[in-house]
Amino acid sequence: MTEIYPHKIESKDVNLYYENFHALKGISMSVEKNTVCALIGPSGCGKSTFLRLFNRMNDLIDGVKIEGKCLIDGKNIYSKEVKIDELRKRVGMVFQKPNPFPKSIFENVAYGLRVNGISHKTLIEERVERSLKQAALWEEVKDKLKKSAMQLSGGQQQRLCIARALAIEPSVVLMDEPASALDPISTSKIEELIYELKSQYTIIIVTHNMQQAGRVSDSTAFFYMGELIEYDLTKKLFTNPSDTRTQDYITGRFG
Amino acid sequence: MDYYKRKLIVEGIAFWTFRSLSFIVIGILFSILGFIIYKGSSVISWEFITEMPKDGMTKGGIYPAIIGTLCLIGGSIIFAFPIGVMSAIYSNEYTKHGYFRSFIQLMTSNLAGIPSIVFGLFGMALFVNQLGFGDSILAGSLTLGLLVLPIVIRTTEEALKAVDDNFRQASFALGATKLQTIHRVTLPIALPNILTGLILSIGRVSGETAPILFTVAAYFLPKLPTSIFDQVMALPYHLYVISTSGTNINDSRAMAYGTALVLILIVLILNLTASIVRRYLSKKNNIN
Ligand SMILES: Nc1ncnc2c1ncn2[C@@H]1O[C@H](COP(=O)(O)OP(=O)(O)O)[C@@H](O)[C@H]1O
Ligand SMILES: [Mg+2]
Repeated sequence: MTEIYPHKIESKDVNLYYENFHALKGISMSVEKNTVCALIGPSGCGKSTFLRLFNRMNDLIDGVKIEGKCLIDGKNIYSKEVKIDELRKRVGMVFQKPNPFPKSIFENVAYGLRVNGISHKTLIEERVERSLKQAALWEEVKDKLKKSAMQLSGGQQQRLCIARALAIEPSVVLMDEPASALDPISTSKIEELIYELKSQYTIIIVTHNMQQAGRVSDSTAFFYMGELIEYDLTKKLFTNPSDTRTQDYITGRFG
Repeated sequence: MDYYKRKLIVEGIAFWTFRSLSFIVIGILFSILGFIIYKGSSVISWEFITEMPKDGMTKGGIYPAIIGTLCLIGGSIIFAFPIGVMSAIYSNEYTKHGYFRSFIQLMTSNLAGIPSIVFGLFGMALFVNQLGFGDSILAGSLTLGLLVLPIVIRTTEEALKAVDDNFRQASFALGATKLQTIHRVTLPIALPNILTGLILSIGRVSGETAPILFTVAAYFLPKLPTSIFDQVMALPYHLYVISTSGTNINDSRAMAYGTALVLILIVLILNLTASIVRRYLSKKNNIN
């Protein structure tokens, strides 16, 4: 089968400014379909900013200016024809801090469906169940779907947020340090989950944890002070980096 | 004296100062309440709250004033609450941080600082005369509504500000629009705190005399209103009348304490109801 578009996700010479602060400097890279791409680098280097480009969450911040192109399936998501809510339906996001709504577990997962105009009861029920299964949470919550999501543990809440993002059937999932607030057991559950999800989704994950990047990702991008220093297959980048700054970072010499 | 001992003494003095002052405040509150209950409770009876005033307001009940006050509370809240909540939503959710938002907030604070008698005058000029509502429940409710508008706006703004931005972000990231986010996420989370504004407003509206003086309050009107264009008696004004200018001030003195007690009870009951709703809602949110 030939791909119509060469890359699932692509950024072409992207510059981003917060007011006068140049936060992303000429970033060009691409991510292939059904792979996991990890973004690593010291904090403040622009990983989250780069991630938020792809569901246009940076648009919500006052004074942000973006130059260059971001393509998903070959289409520039910053062109005028693109409706932001349509885009966000195709590009799900999981945040650093688990942030389920103070609603029931069921309503959390159903939320994205409801705001996108789906009201068919059995369809919603099916999707909720399927998403919770995909997020490996179904067995733990199937008997208490009506209970408040706030009663779940941190790890469960984060998997609920993943289910919530999956329910609207995105093709891309962005994750911003999804396990950084979690204990080791919950973290490894999330990692297994990411590995499972790869067959259906294209995933970009920000992480400050090098082992994690090594375990879950196919390709890794190393950012430093707003620049993309090195981008390569994860195996290659961790065993034989081409740039000394990458070398220094992954061996823990700074960051 | 060694350092450690001195630290202990200073801590002790501070603790007891704070403690005794707060007890004094509570004490004052309870003595006011106790005084009114002591003076008023003998007057309160079934007749007192269900009958018209008689004999130059020295006998009978205060039924029309109770109904009048309830009408004014309801009327002003119906008017002030939606408008106040919506303008707070506008300034907090739609405007950017900056001059315009600060300007709105400055104007709101200024509005809150205007003496209530000025609202009374304004209400008379605009609603009673200009718009031709006459002395009426409508004119009085609108005037009282204006008076509490800043309270509603301010508390709603605070309530919205307290909503963790992560919830809004999560909603947007799922493809929700601004209005959907406000309607389904932000407002439900903020609602318990918004109700605080309602509680404060009820207290304010039920006790004010100046704004209703020229816009609705009747000196003596022993019948119930049949439309929003009728005048009514109201508890705070009735209290003022029977304690200063009634036909027989000495005879109506006891009635005055009874009226005060009823007024306090109405406010307490309404506040309690709102608090229960508030509690129920925050429990539902499970975040407070
Ligand atoms: N809303 C914002 N306004 C201004 N500067 C910001 C904002 N968000 C992030 N920055 C700045 O942009 C840089 C990159 O931030 P971020 O993308 O969050 O880094 P990372 O996720 O790699 O830690 C940092 O220097 C940060 O201070
Ligand atoms: Mg970050």
